[in-house]
Amino acid sequence: MSHEKGLTMGIDIGSTTAKIVVVDQGTVLYEKYQRHFSQVRQKTLELLEQAAPYVGERPFTAAISGSAGLGLAEGAGVPFVQEVFATGEVVRRLEPDASAVIELGGEDAKIIFFDGGIDERMNGSCAGGTGAFIDQMATLLNVTADELDELSLQSTRLYPIASRCGVFAKTDIQPLLNQGAKHADVAASIYQAVVNQTIAGLAQGKRIAGKVLFLGGPLFYCKGLGKRFQETLKLDDAHAVFPAYGRFAVAMGAALYAEESGGVYTISQLQDKILHTEAVRDAANLLPPLFASDEEYTRFRARHGKASVKEGDLSAYQGSAWLGIDCGSTTTKIVLLSGERELLYTYYSSNRGNPVEIVREQLEKLYALCGNRVVIRGSAVTGYGEELIKAAFGVDKGVVETIAHYTAAKHFCPEVDFILDIGGQDIKCFKIKNGAIDSIMLNEACSSGCGSFIETFARSMGCDVAEFAQKGLHAAAPVNLGSRCTVFMNSSVKQSQKDGATVEDISAGLSVSVVKNAIYKVIRAGSADELGDHVVVQGGTFYNDAVLRAFERELGKEAIRPAIAGLMGAYGAALYAMEAVPAPRSALITPGGLADFVHTAKAAVCQGCANHCRLTVNSFGGGKKYISGNQCQKGLGLANAGELPNLYAWKRETLTALAPGSELRGTIGLPLALGMYELLPLWHAFFSELGFKVEVSGLSSRRIYEKGQFSIPSDTACYPAKIMHGHMEVLLDKHVDAIFYPCLTYNMDEKASDNHYNCPVVAYYSELLHGNMDDLAQTHFLYPFLNINNRKELSKELAACLSPVFHDITKKEVRKAVDAAFAAYEAHMTAVRRQGEEAVAWARANGRRIMVLAGRPYHIDPEIGHGIDKLASSLGFVVVSEDSVCHLADPVPVHVLNQWTYHARLYRAARFACENPDVQLVQLVSFGCGVDAITTDEVRRILEESGKLYTQIKIDEITNLGAVKIRLRSLIGALEEKGV
Amino acid sequence: MVNQEKGYVVFTEEMKKTHTILAPNMLPMHFKMIGKVMSRSGYHLEVLETSGPRIAETGLKYVHNDTCYPAILVIGQFIDALQSGKYDPDKVALILFQTGGGCRASNYIHLLRKALEKADLGHVPVISLSLAGLEKHPGFQLTLPLLMRMMYAVLYGDLLMTLVNQCKPYELEKGAAQALADRWTDRLAEEMTTGGKGNYRQVKANYRRILEAFGAIPMERRDTVKVGIVGEIFVKYSPLGNNNLEQFLVDEGAEAVIPGLLDFCLYCVYNNLLDNKLYGMQKGVQLAYKAAYRYLLDKEKDLIDAIRAHGRFEPPTLFTHTVELVQGTISMGVKMGEGWLLTAEMLELADKGVGNIVCTQPFGCLPNHICGKGMMKPIKEKNPAVNIVAIDYDAGATKVNQENRLKLMLANARQKAAAPRESIPV
Repeated sequence: MSHEKGLTMGIDIGSTTAKIVVVDQGTVLYEKYQRHFSQVRQKTLELLEQAAPYVGERPFTAAISGSAGLGLAEGAGVPFVQEVFATGEVVRRLEPDASAVIELGGEDAKIIFFDGGIDERMNGSCAGGTGAFIDQMATLLNVTADELDELSLQSTRLYPIASRCGVFAKTDIQPLLNQGAKHADVAASIYQAVVNQTIAGLAQGKRIAGKVLFLGGPLFYCKGLGKRFQETLKLDDAHAVFPAYGRFAVAMGAALYAEESGGVYTISQLQDKILHTEAVRDAANLLPPLFASDEEYTRFRARHGKASVKEGDLSAYQGSAWLGIDCGSTTTKIVLLSGERELLYTYYSSNRGNPVEIVREQLEKLYALCGNRVVIRGSAVTGYGEELIKAAFGVDKGVVETIAHYTAAKHFCPEVDFILDIGGQDIKCFKIKNGAIDSIMLNEACSSGCGSFIETFARSMGCDVAEFAQKGLHAAAPVNLGSRCTVFMNSSVKQSQKDGATVEDISAGLSVSVVKNAIYKVIRAGSADELGDHVVVQGGTFYNDAVLRAFERELGKEAIRPAIAGLMGAYGAALYAMEAVPAPRSALITPGGLADFVHTAKAAVCQGCANHCRLTVNSFGGGKKYISGNQCQKGLGLANAGELPNLYAWKRETLTALAPGSELRGTIGLPLALGMYELLPLWHAFFSELGFKVEVSGLSSRRIYEKGQFSIPSDTACYPAKIMHGHMEVLLDKHVDAIFYPCLTYNMDEKASDNHYNCPVVAYYSELLHGNMDDLAQTHFLYPFLNINNRKELSKELAACLSPVFHDITKKEVRKAVDAAFAAYEAHMTAVRRQGEEAVAWARANGRRIMVLAGRPYHIDPEIGHGIDKLASSLGFVVVSEDSVCHLADPVPVHVLNQWTYHARLYRAARFACENPDVQLVQLVSFGCGVDAITTDEVRRILEESGKLYTQIKIDEITNLGAVKIRLRSLIGALEEKGV
Repeated sequence: MVNQEKGYVVFTEEMKKTHTILAPNMLPMHFKMIGKVMSRSGYHLEVLETSGPRIAETGLKYVHNDTCYPAILVIGQFIDALQSGKYDPDKVALILFQTGGGCRASNYIHLLRKALEKADLGHVPVISLSLAGLEKHPGFQLTLPLLMRMMYAVLYGDLLMTLVNQCKPYELEKGAAQALADRWTDRLAEEMTTGGKGNYRQVKANYRRILEAFGAIPMERRDTVKVGIVGEIFVKYSPLGNNNLEQFLVDEGAEAVIPGLLDFCLYCVYNNLLDNKLYGMQKGVQLAYKAAYRYLLDKEKDLIDAIRAHGRFEPPTLFTHTVELVQGTISMGVKMGEGWLLTAEMLELADKGVGNIVCTQPFGCLPNHICGKGMMKPIKEKNPAVNIVAIDYDAGATKVNQENRLKLMLANARQKAAAPRESIPV
């Protein structure tokens, strides 16, 4: 077909928006940008309809681009062009002097470098710092995306927020909000997280400089985001370009591509093609419907209708009442109970980013309803905001979530042996044995199948949650979406939409995913029997009948869902208040006090120690304060008086106290990260003995991480590895003569395992540093492969490594230094073990609980361990490290290949905990640690076989201590119930 | 049933007669022949050929979800087979390869046993196929003749894979090359089981016949984009693991270039020589390893010579040359997982003029942080024209995401092939 040269159309269908551009002889005739709510085909047809008047009957060339366009183009048989490629095309024509492009889309982030050969990159599969992420965060703050942008421009400070993925970021933002941080600061911090994600995830060691173009919807609309990019990359206005066509770059690229290789159509022909897109659903990916018939659903409803609670009439009630508040991560729940445990008042709503205000409103309302008839005799609060709400309103008791939920569940099913609670942010599971909580499992920061996850999806498809759930019940062919993180789930949903799945099928599929995630990932159950006979399910997510049905189906047994599933925390808190020692009246703020109530939140930086925790100071008038963000008691204005023995602190002090030595031969830099945390005493003594001044990079901080962030090539590596880049920068700044971090395939052989490897990352990270940090060429970076278990070999290898750089070093000297090094290392390890024994003895003499905080040597770093040791200490535990007590137990027969030195210590430490009733073990796991997928199951098995509680804490770049605190307090709560 | 001393269920001599041994499928042609070789030695071995989403799902159910994807797939495939009702669970054993290296892959066998326990199949024996001799099973002995025949299967497999990949994009009749390879696989498997002397002279004669047969496939000259595939061994090779990556590339009109399994065998042997060189370890067995190394090099050379002599196809790169290429980029002391070989194979492909490389890895693969993603910058600095894309494979990752990234690579490659970018009019 002949067509007029120069009339061309580009259609860009991204993950959330659809764009169309019509270009005639190089001039844009028509352009349109709109959200498609996952109705890809329909929206595309709408766009074509709107473009029709501009094209008329003329034939034109056309091509489709974008991640959601791929399926459409294939189905319709219209040429497709990859979106990053399309962007590259457009920029080369319009901005030939650009050196780089940063383009953010709904779910993808891309960078194109033009200098030094074209290099086009997209984010990997684990990355959420994009448009959809910004939308999610805006929802969390209860503002529109535009309002978020305006807020961000008024910020005065930035909080660190995990940028790896949306789920992590959410767990960081939530506590900030709950603790009263300013919304403007949070908004700007969210943008900064996106910037960090883009730089860390995509630039991968390549500097972004020169003239940089910022494209894509989010960068077009969010001025504040552009500002953060500009500041971070240090670009002036001439070098940071935000073109007017930013949103349409991909569509324009598709139009240009179409001129060369597109198809030729008239508008009605193209409409026709898209209308008749073929979609074939893969039968292997379909699940049976949740309910075979309406009748089945009716029976199901009737069965669950039985687990209800009597309601009382607050307007008529006279007498005593008890108040329970559950201030959760995303919602606040309030329950008022009569003496007969009737529900007098309930409240359930989103926090809207300010729980204090919500509780204030509710108390005001309650007091008005109570009048003089009802006396609140007691009150208790639970959940993330427990301490904040307790301090603000003088609530009588604070109760750990686990205990609150157990108390409530017992009310519905006294013989309950398993509780599964799926809330907005968390999944909590407790096993009950002999009337006490026997084990607690919580979702890790990365597993995200919770309520807010379904909510976000519902919204992206243009429904509210209830409507979305309802649709799922009647889906004919639910789609199998797998069970992993949100980011992966998004792409699964995209794929199923491409294949023609309906909103109904997706809703039902998501319910099944949430359930599978809980059962196989969080609970790690192999069979239904592991859960026991009396299962109570609760949490707001279980109001969703589709989720409940999917759960019963997956498990093959019936569960009890209380009618107040979403209020169980508050209900339990109220029951807890009722069971407490009776008082004539609650200490809760009075109606008069409430009228004068004020709340302000101010940011501050703690000057108590070098950690400089970022604090939020909440003031409630009358000098009442609540401070959060602190890792120890110092930030609260209390001295850390009577500090308990803490091996983590002791090790930190010991390692940082090593003297630099005299500078006879030059200076050697040692990065204090990964394996150096174990072997610093050894290498320090070795180089000191040889007459070097030893410069250690010191303990890590967030700032050190950021210093080296730009050269990290693999974003999914663990934080302890990624922080290594910053340590190298620190040493480079010190202008040392050489930096030393050897490659150790094999670690120290402690004769307690099948083999004594290091993990691949600890062993070989130097190779990666050498390959990716250009600046290391400024010094001598020495990373020899060493055999650390054979002194003779070691001396030989070290001499061979050092003599080319430091010519006068003799083999004899090296041999002597190696002996000194081993003496120092052995002395250090002996001291560690002695300290461990003394700490245990001290704890016993003083009646304290002992916690083995079991991780790797590098987990003592304050930035990597996030001060969890101090937190445990402040909760009354004597903290010992795995390497300080593992010698107190024999090697354990394990069901895995016990081949890593550090991990062999974990198993022995677990046995030590089993053998001593007053010792608890908490395992620290770094996100991305592949090896711990093996050790965690094994440590858990060792502990549980001896009836011990297993607690795992997953840590990454940022961990909000709020969640950790709940875990540790749950542990204490469970221990107290067990009478340990 | 569990041997108390050893801590696992032992595969007894009795079981050799009564049990069917199930093996996972990583390379369909290679493993089919290896399976037949085993049956010649009296084992009833069956290579699993199942596929579909149920495998990953079963895996996720019984294996820690953060474990690498290959473990989830392999274990999922085993348990899915055992639960299918096709086999008598009391007459089945499983076999897995175990290197004993510092990567978590050495633990697959233990994870499999744990998973079996969880699925109430704890009595099923699991055989560790390991040259390092990590476990002893009286009913399962690797004899030298058996090992040599397995080696021949690897050589045949590599040859067939190389030839099929070089024919597929050009064949006039779609599917002709694969059909021929399948026929040869069956024929060779049959020959190794029953007929023939199974000696090396016969192997070399087969090389020539295979080459002639493939040379006779009607093909057309076409400009295609060559795409190399490297990565973690399972997702690199297994269609189950990499969402049929090879087929996707062929459908897109590209030629897939995949370094063979022999390289990995050589790498494993070579690392033992390096342990001695670097650390003074493994002294006692150096002679044996040296002999094995030389033996494998000879076999590789014969294969390459045969392809050269035929003249139509591009032979694989000599291992010794691959070793030379990697010097100065990453130390060969990096030996966990695919280790330095992964980096070396990318350099080898670039050296051959394969300008596009897909580096495949399971999500969160530890060694690949270093040898894969960690080495892309230095590789690109040395070979500015080469285009490398890292693709993560995972139970939750979708084809759409993976294919979108592959399409970007192909679009760039095609443009580069059509016209140098600088010449595009502004």
